Amino acid sequence: MKILRPLLPLLSLAAAEIVAFAVPDSPLHQPAKHPYFAVLLIIAVAVYFIAATAIYFKNRNNSAAEKPVFYRGPFLAGVILFLNLLNIFTVKTALFPVLYFPALDRVFGTLFEDRTLILKCIGFSMGILLKGVAGGLIIGFFMGIAIGFSKAAEYWINPLIRILGPIPSTAWIPILLVVFSEARSASSFIIGISVWFPTVVLTSSGIANVKNSYFEVSSTLGAGQLQKIFRIGVPAAMPSIFLGLFNGICGSFVALMTAEMIGAKYGIGWYVNWQKEMMAYSNVYAGLIVIAVMFYLVITVLFKIRDRVLGWQKGVIKW
Amino acid sequence: MVGSIRFEGVKKTFHTVTGETVNALSGVDLEIEKGKFVCLIGPSGCGKSTMLRILAGLDKPTEGSVYIDDEKVKKPDCDRGLVFQDPNLFPWLNIYDNVAFGLKVRKLYKERSADISEYMELVGLKGFEKSYPHQLSGGMCQRASLARALIGHPKALLLDEPLGALDAFTRMNMQDELLRIKAEKDMTMIMVTHDVDEAVYLADKIVVMTPRPAKIEKVIDVDLHQPRDRNNPEFIRLRSEILKILDFAGKEPEVEYNI
Repeated sequence: MKILRPLLPLLSLAAAEIVAFAVPDSPLHQPAKHPYFAVLLIIAVAVYFIAATAIYFKNRNNSAAEKPVFYRGPFLAGVILFLNLLNIFTVKTALFPVLYFPALDRVFGTLFEDRTLILKCIGFSMGILLKGVAGGLIIGFFMGIAIGFSKAAEYWINPLIRILGPIPSTAWIPILLVVFSEARSASSFIIGISVWFPTVVLTSSGIANVKNSYFEVSSTLGAGQLQKIFRIGVPAAMPSIFLGLFNGICGSFVALMTAEMIGAKYGIGWYVNWQKEMMAYSNVYAGLIVIAVMFYLVITVLFKIRDRVLGWQKGVIKW
Repeated sequence: MVGSIRFEGVKKTFHTVTGETVNALSGVDLEIEKGKFVCLIGPSGCGKSTMLRILAGLDKPTEGSVYIDDEKVKKPDCDRGLVFQDPNLFPWLNIYDNVAFGLKVRKLYKERSADISEYMELVGLKGFEKSYPHQLSGGMCQRASLARALIGHPKALLLDEPLGALDAFTRMNMQDELLRIKAEKDMTMIMVTHDVDEAVYLADKIVVMTPRPAKIEKVIDVDLHQPRDRNNPEFIRLRSEILKILDFAGKEPEVEYNI
C-alpha cells in the first residue's frame, strides 16, 4: 500500500498519456490547437509530487503527522482515470454526442485561449458578489442584534422579515430593473437580499438563545448594556451567525448566476449563458470549471475565517 | 474593611403562567456584619437563592430593600461578586480572558493586568491561562469563576451553591480553598447551600430557612474556631440542631419489646 500510493497516479497518468498520443482522434471532432489535456495532466501530477515531497520534509521529524505521505495519491489516480475514460468516450471514439461533449483538449484549451475574457468575467462577478455579500451581511447582522436585544425592534422589524424574507431573491428582478438604472447594482441588491435573510434570522435567534446567566454574570462584573451586546451577545451567538452567513453565501451563488442573466455585460454566469446560446459547449464547460473553483475558494476562505473565530468551540466540523 | 449587609422587610412575589401568586420570600430582616462568612441553608423553595439574587441586584424585591454599607442595592454592580453552581465561564474566552473580563469592561485592564496572574495563582490555576473552559474539569472551572468574581475586589462575594456540582473530595478541598481565600482577601461571603455539613464547616453565622411561608426560621452563630474539626462534639451538635429545625433529623427508633 505504501508503495502503491505514489505509484498509482503515475500508472494512471501513463495510461492517460498513451491514450492521448497513441490513439488517433475521431474525425467527427474538431482538432484542438495543442494537446492541452495531456500537458495539464503532467503538470497536475508534477505539482502534486512536489507538494507531497515538501509536506514529507516538513513532517519528517513529526511522528504525530495526521496523514501518511501521498495520502491523496490513489484519489488523484482515480481522477485521472475518470478523465482518461471521458477522453476515450469523447474525442477518441465519439461515443457521446459530439456537440454536447467536446474534446477535453478544447475545454482546457478554452481556459487558456479565452483567459482575458474569463478573467474579466471573474473580476466582474467577484465585484458584484463582494458588494452584495458585504451589504447583506452588515445590514443582516445589525438588524439581528437589534431584534435580539430590543423589544421595540422585534415588534416592528420581525413581521417585515417574515413577509419579505421568504420571497426568493430573484423574484425581485422585475422591480429592481425599474428601480436601479444599472444592472450591476440590481445584481448586487439581489445577492444582498439572499445573504441578508438567513443572516438576520440566525443572528437574532442566536442572540435569543444565549444563556441568560452569561448576561447576569457580566452585569455583576460591571459590564454596561453595550458591553453586554458586543462582549457577550455577539460572541456567544457567533456559531449561529456563521451558520446564517454560510447559508446566505451558498444562496448568493444561485442569486449571482441568475442576476448575471438580466442584462449584464460581463460576469461568469453571463459567459456560460452566452456560450450556450452560441452552442460553444467547450466554453460552457470551461465556464463551469471556473465557477466551481471560484465558489470553492470563497467557501474555503469563509471556513478559514470561521476556524479562526470559532476555535473555542468543541468539535467543529472541518471543511 | 467594608461589606456590611442589611435586609429590611424584603418580600418577593412571582406570578406564574397560570395566574397564581407565589411567595418566594415573605418578609426577611437580616443583618450581616462585615467580614463574616454567612451560609443560607434550607430545602428548595425556601427563598435562599431569591435572597441572593436580590442582594446581587438581579431581581427587584416586591417590598422592602437591601443595603450594602448603608447604600441601597438598585442594580448589579461589581461591588458584589457572584458565583453560580454552574461556573458560567464564557466559552469563547480562554481562562485568562475570562478572569480579565471584569477589568476589561471597567477599563482597568491596563493599570491592573498584573492582578490577573495573582488571582490565577490564588485559585491555583497558574499555567492554565491559555486553556478554554471546555478543556478543564468542573472543579477547575469553578476556581476560574471564583477568580473572575474576585478580581474586581468585591465588598461581598455571593455564592449560589458554588460547590453543588462537584464530587465529594473536590468539594471538601474547595471548602478549604474558600476559607483560605477569605482569610487572605478579607471580605463578606454569603453562600447558599443544601449541605448542613458544609454550612457548619464554613460559616460564622448560619441562616436556616423554611419554605411555605418562605422565611428565616433561625439564625445560628457558630462559635467554633477555624480550622474546624468535623468530629468535634459541638460541630455534631450544631449539625443535628439544624437538621432538627429542617425536620430531617429522622425518627428515634421505637423500642421493641419482645417477650
